[in-house]
Amino acid sequence: MPTSWRGRWRSLTPVASREFTRKVFGEALAEYGAVDPKVIVLTADVSSSVLTTYFAERFPERFFNVGIAEAGMVDVAAGLALGGYVPFANTFAALLLRAAEQVRTCVAYARTNVKLVGSYAGLSDFKDGPTHHSIMDIAIMRAMPNLAVVSPADSTELKKLVPLVAQYPGPVYLRISRADMPVVFDARHNVQIGRGVTVRDGEDVTIIANGHLVSRSLEAADRLKAAGISARVVNIHTIKPLDRALVTKCAAETGAIVTAEEHSVVGGVGGAVVEVLAAGQPVPVEMVGLADTFAETALDHESLLDRYGMGVVDIVAAARRAVERKARR
Amino acid sequence: MTLDSHSPELVARLSGMARQLRIDALNMIHRRGQGHPGGALSAAEVVAALYFHHLRLDPARPDWEARDRFILSKGHASAILYPALARRGYFPITELDTWGHLDGMLQGHPDRLKTPGVEMSTGCLGHGVSIGAGLCLAARLRGLDYRTYALVGDGECQAGVVWEGAMLAAKYRLANLTVILDSNEVQLDGRVDEIMPLEPLRRKWESFGWTATEVDGHDMRQVLDSLDGAAQNDRPSLIVAHTVKGKGVSFMEGKAEWHGKAPNADELARALAELNAGG
Repeated sequence: MPTSWRGRWRSLTPVASREFTRKVFGEALAEYGAVDPKVIVLTADVSSSVLTTYFAERFPERFFNVGIAEAGMVDVAAGLALGGYVPFANTFAALLLRAAEQVRTCVAYARTNVKLVGSYAGLSDFKDGPTHHSIMDIAIMRAMPNLAVVSPADSTELKKLVPLVAQYPGPVYLRISRADMPVVFDARHNVQIGRGVTVRDGEDVTIIANGHLVSRSLEAADRLKAAGISARVVNIHTIKPLDRALVTKCAAETGAIVTAEEHSVVGGVGGAVVEVLAAGQPVPVEMVGLADTFAETALDHESLLDRYGMGVVDIVAAARRAVERKARR
Repeated sequence: MTLDSHSPELVARLSGMARQLRIDALNMIHRRGQGHPGGALSAAEVVAALYFHHLRLDPARPDWEARDRFILSKGHASAILYPALARRGYFPITELDTWGHLDGMLQGHPDRLKTPGVEMSTGCLGHGVSIGAGLCLAARLRGLDYRTYALVGDGECQAGVVWEGAMLAAKYRLANLTVILDSNEVQLDGRVDEIMPLEPLRRKWESFGWTATEVDGHDMRQVLDSLDGAAQNDRPSLIVAHTVKGKGVSFMEGKAEWHGKAPNADELARALAELNAGG
């Protein structure tokens, strides 16, 4: 590997702390609201949960609570975008699906500059059960032409993504967790929408992960290393537009891929990666995620991830299978 | 502006334009073999009044920020909007001949990215009220005095999102929003009062905090007066325009079968003869 990368790996070692993602989001949005007077925030009666209240306190004239009316919220956001504003329409990711047709017609098709924010994504609302889990939002949102889909791996990345999402020339779906996510990146972390991040280099297999599964993939890479398998870890925070060049390069260089996401294996990051590789660089791919099933209520987030196939052991096992399949080719 | 200020000449000119738009719409639908004549013909007077008198527009500057906004929430009535835009100067009238053609600028339903003058892509029902409310909030925040108009079908009011927008517009007292209800009483599958009754529709909107008025949607003077009146209100305004689906063509009037059917050559000839004879 190029020597210039070595220093970077050291700076990208997981920091042994956690931050409440929603608090970070609320603060970042309020902060960016001061920078760009065109930013509007809409909520569907969940501002106290997702902490857009920080924005509301500072910029009450640019904050609109539409009540429990997700479809109307997305349409109103489209109207605000037509009127020259940059609306962030925010609710729980699970409930944003109520507005799927609004997103399709009035945001994606009409290409209005709406920023959709799905909070409490994946299984991070563990305590409320499958009605509040969001395990298919990436599949649905990434099927929408014109709509970018981003899912940050930690609070550092989320903080940096909020202004980037606002400045992105077109509609975006920003998927964020409720969890207190392990901090992976330090302040020097360079984020660009559409560019994947190689967090750790490796030669035998590449683990392509996003969101909460990035930190777990790094842990899996540690265990694999102890077992003699050199695993590269890529944080693919942008699912769309996918960094096809990086995905293809990783497949070519390591010959085996694992995808890891807090989402169904149907249509998520795994699907996106396979779509690219099937066309250009077919290699063995193993997908880590929910096995096309709803989960259940749990007392904490981490054990729910473990139970439903997204544990560190699952990533390790998937990497071993991918490497074995590569060897048999 | 005082009411009843519209000259007989203006009323006659706009009524003539409504008739012309009907003729254009039927020609377009026949030529393409596709379209929605019923709900296009019912909206002719409202669209003529808006585009040829009431709206503050400059077709040379479709992006002029102070322009009034019109959203055809009932996007299936595109056959009445497109000729209005063409005759108002947004694009050459010859474009109407390529409606629905591959690579044409006129989609089956309005597309804001392809057609100059189309403010919002529509076609799936229910969105116009909330989108209009968003545009009105934007106007207020930016200190612009444009008004936003949405033309909504009566059957469309069966969609829950219409009422989400209605609540929001009332909460924020969006006096710069006018919704015109093209109340032609018929939807795709039949009569509105049989498919899913909406009455008392005016009172529903009033109970949501709107100012509502009812007019004969084919009486140009009443339509013009109601548009002027709505601009004076301190709350969002609803104009219930009582109309006849397929208005102007006897064999189409009030018939659900003409919601989405194209007239054949013989039917077109009879329809145009009636419209031309109608003065």
